Amino acid sequence: MSAVMEQDRVPLTEAQKKARRSRSLAIGFGLAALVVIFYIATIIKFVHHTM
Amino acid sequence: MALVEPTHNEEVQLSEATAGDYLELLKPRVMSLVVFTAFVGMVAAPILPHPFLAVVAILAIAAGAGASGALNMWYDADIDAVMSRTASRPIPAGRVKPGEALSFGLVLSALSVMTLGVLANWLAASLLAFTIFFYAVVYTMWLKRSTPQNIVIGGAAGAFPPIIGWAAATGAVSIESVILFLIIFLWTPPHFWALALFKSGDYERAGVPMMPNVAGEASTRRQIFVYSLLIAPVGVLPWALGYASLGYGLVSVVLGAGFVWYAWKVLVMPAEDRTMKAAKALFGYSLLYLFGIFAAFLADVLIGRAFGLAGI
Repeated sequence: MSAVMEQDRVPLTEAQKKARRSRSLAIGFGLAALVVIFYIATIIKFVHHTM
Repeated sequence: MALVEPTHNEEVQLSEATAGDYLELLKPRVMSLVVFTAFVGMVAAPILPHPFLAVVAILAIAAGAGASGALNMWYDADIDAVMSRTASRPIPAGRVKPGEALSFGLVLSALSVMTLGVLANWLAASLLAFTIFFYAVVYTMWLKRSTPQNIVIGGAAGAFPPIIGWAAATGAVSIESVILFLIIFLWTPPHFWALALFKSGDYERAGVPMMPNVAGEASTRRQIFVYSLLIAPVGVLPWALGYASLGYGLVSVVLGAGFVWYAWKVLVMPAEDRTMKAAKALFGYSLLYLFGIFAAFLADVLIGRAFGLAGI
């Protein structure tokens, strides 16, 4: 990493790291849930032509 | 480490908002009511969707309601900060920045409407989009700060979920779902005016023109009583029009009579009674009433379906 890039970065506090991890996990789970929902729903709609 | 935009400020503002703070932006308690009433609307429909798609549709409606809650909290952060009931919400408490809440609300709105449109139908999705717009723009940005009738007109937003649930299942809107809409629509003013009676100081400090601090407590109490006289018969309509059984009719009459009774107690409450026990009791009972009416209607539909009865 260049010295210029290093200057653009700020160290995160423990609280900020914990909060960012919490947000990242929630976004990850949310996106994974969306993938699963659309996958299953697509199969159901193909099979049943319903709703 | 985090890469940040170059700034002239010494202090770099980085978010400490957790996933829980974002969840709080969705107003989970309001969302639970939306989920329940949308579920009743969907189950009451004559066409039953696939259970998985039904759950997804309810989740999308809940997410849309949550999104409108986040947009409401973004816009109302200034008045939330001066009201005791709302001062600890994520934005006034400084845990979530306004811009973050706005982005969150907009993204979730789009996601919920698109999901409902693709997986249910576009009528339900359009109704959900209209509900979000109505709550965030018509109620929050316009009516809430400009007229004491804010909650009367704005109440429509909270009343739409049963219609959306019904539309998600059938692709249409029916009289039955409109009656469920009417019940919530007429329930909203007395429910919030009861709250406003014992929290009028809060609303006055925030400059929100709620009925008690504009028209006065006596006028508010009279209007609460008038609305109770309207909601009691409207609650009985599903039976009167043949959409529910006599069992539901009896339950709705008892619940409606209870509403009128509690509203009467508020009407005759002495002006010098600052404990506002009657208003607090009506506020609590109104929650019980709405849950009771919808639970009774749901039970009636399920029992009727199980035994092949309808409107007996």
